[in-house]
Amino acid sequence: MSCGSKCGSGCGDGATCGSGGARGDAADTARRAFLRGVAAAVTTLAVGVTLYSFGTEPAAARAPVVPGAKVSAKTRWGLLIDAAKCGDGCTACVAACRKENGWGDAGRPATDAQWIRKLTVRNPRNGAAFALPMMCQHCADPPCVDVCPTGASFKRADGIVLVDKHTCIGCRYCMMACPYKARSFIHEPLEDQKPHAPRGKGTVESCTLCVHRVDEGRIPACVEACSDAAGGAMLFGDLNDPSSEIAKRVAAYRTTRIRADLGCDPGVYYRNI
Amino acid sequence: MRHTATPSAAAAALLAAAVLLLPSAPAPAGDAAWLPRPALGQGEKCVADTDWMRRNHMVALTHQRDATVRDGIRTERFSLKGCIDCHAVKGADGKPATAANPAHFCRVCHDYVAVRVDCFDCHASRPEADAAGGRQAAIGRYLGRPAQ
Repeated sequence: MSCGSKCGSGCGDGATCGSGGARGDAADTARRAFLRGVAAAVTTLAVGVTLYSFGTEPAAARAPVVPGAKVSAKTRWGLLIDAAKCGDGCTACVAACRKENGWGDAGRPATDAQWIRKLTVRNPRNGAAFALPMMCQHCADPPCVDVCPTGASFKRADGIVLVDKHTCIGCRYCMMACPYKARSFIHEPLEDQKPHAPRGKGTVESCTLCVHRVDEGRIPACVEACSDAAGGAMLFGDLNDPSSEIAKRVAAYRTTRIRADLGCDPGVYYRNI
Repeated sequence: MRHTATPSAAAAALLAAAVLLLPSAPAPAGDAAWLPRPALGQGEKCVADTDWMRRNHMVALTHQRDATVRDGIRTERFSLKGCIDCHAVKGADGKPATAANPAHFCRVCHDYVAVRVDCFDCHASRPEADAAGGRQAAIGRYLGRPAQ
């Protein structure tokens, strides 16, 4: 968190600390206007066409995809997740991820792959609780990459952290290094994987931020499912682009990154946790 | 991937040498019956000349794989998915066969030259539309229980 050194843990954003209600009201109004825009876009467009175009200005949401181009470090893909809108019993994001990427079939909960999971965090003293989805946080300084002995665990230029299964030897150091328990190991031989999400016995895997969709100019399956069926708690976008909705919201609201104190600089931001 | 670069290169060289012997399909009359004949693709022509593909398909696939995984370059030419979709072979059940079937496009030559590929440890070996239930069935076989 950018303000972590200035205002200590617990303060989400230095710019908004103690800034009073007036600013909050203005931001609230902007947020409502934005949500109206999203609602209109979602209801009027065919699925998968320009759903990634958040807000009322679709053209400003994202640069067009250039086929065959290398991913660029100018982009930093990230997520903003509002726990207040994340329903306690809702697992739409998890179901969408499973369907999209074809994981979680083996029925062995102790070892089954888990690219994304829903957590309910409860304060035992007062009972206060909130739910949130937890997945690979796509750190800028990922510990999984630091410890990988073969270079299989790597970060793409645009900030997406992946496992190159062609070089993964299945040692699982990355699983131990990850502070978020985001990675899984495949124990069973598989067949008929999703063509866009190869998975195989003896390799480690985790959330890819739906890299195959992102490269096509679409949004991750979890974000799409959340906006369609559930509370619209998830927002995907380019954190490096000041005109993107996610960057605006991260700048405007108090956000938290889980275990920001570890200094991994995660790309997944949370609100209301 | 579980083999090192050296056996991989050796295997590639062996395969390249071996497939030079393969006839074009459909085989001209009088061609040796014992040579493998991989299935023709469904399209008009392959993404490259047949001779070039025989010698270099493994190089093209390896190059494409690194470009795709590491740099996000997703072009149609030389994508493994493209090969699988175009060269699907029907199995006994009328559906495209997986790599478990010796008639699978890749296996026809690879069995002949005794080069095992591990692409299909992770990658789907048949088009997605025909894959319903296959993943669970494979796990069920492994765990010794019927597919759910």
